[in-house]
Amino acid sequence: MTVTVSRRDALVLGGVAAVAFAIGSASPAFAKNDSAELIKAFTGGKEPATGKITLDLPEIAENGNTVPLAFSVDSPMTEADHVTDVLIVAEGNPRGGVATFHFSPASGVAEASTRIRLAGTQNVIAIAKTNDGAVFMDTKQVKVTIGGCGG
Amino acid sequence: MAPTPRPRIRLDKKEAKTGEIVEVKALVAHIMESGQRKDKDGKVIPRKIINRFTCEVNDKLVFAVDLEPAISANPYLQFKFRASESGPVVLTWHDDDGSKIVGEEKISVS
Repeated sequence: MTVTVSRRDALVLGGVAAVAFAIGSASPAFAKNDSAELIKAFTGGKEPATGKITLDLPEIAENGNTVPLAFSVDSPMTEADHVTDVLIVAEGNPRGGVATFHFSPASGVAEASTRIRLAGTQNVIAIAKTNDGAVFMDTKQVKVTIGGCGG
Repeated sequence: MAPTPRPRIRLDKKEAKTGEIVEVKALVAHIMESGQRKDKDGKVIPRKIINRFTCEVNDKLVFAVDLEPAISANPYLQFKFRASESGPVVLTWHDDDGSKIVGEEKISVS
């Protein structure tokens, strides 16, 4: 059988090409993004492991002004073993910081959702820190059709 | 925008058993001006956002968020807490200008 490209794949590929062109031309404006510094300050320089945390964002966001974001961390949330903080950064925004969530055993579960602004197609990173200092990370790329930072 | 917007808060249950997880959805009208936009004269519009949100149950902090300008206008937050005792569920939004928006619900735990 010959190789077939589904309608869905074709659309996605087209979208990627269009978006790549868009960021190519706009990237100098976002030169100073402090994501790396924020992550370093949050983890204390530790390399985050993958797993435990799941970040949920749409693959394609039509409007960068309000992109739904949700995350959940797999943790028993007991006194002995719980998530204390979750940092969210956006690598392609004028500034990297999005939000820092704070949990305690009284939270019961380490999950939350909100709506964020994304200036353009980019990676969004979530990092969870546990009470014993372990850090876990998840990354999602979001393709943004209309950027959400005005101007 | 109204001077003191009234937040909208919803708990998924008003009564819970001890240890049960209660989900909270909270929305407040706020411009969340990022401080990065310029007006038509090219002047930067000063930043005005909600920079911190807290949820206290019976004066005990169960959830908090530090927000940055990358949070959408009219910030929406959904989170959970573990029911341990009956009492007020107080949500507080802290504005850059020092003002606070406070909303309250009640949970009864059996």
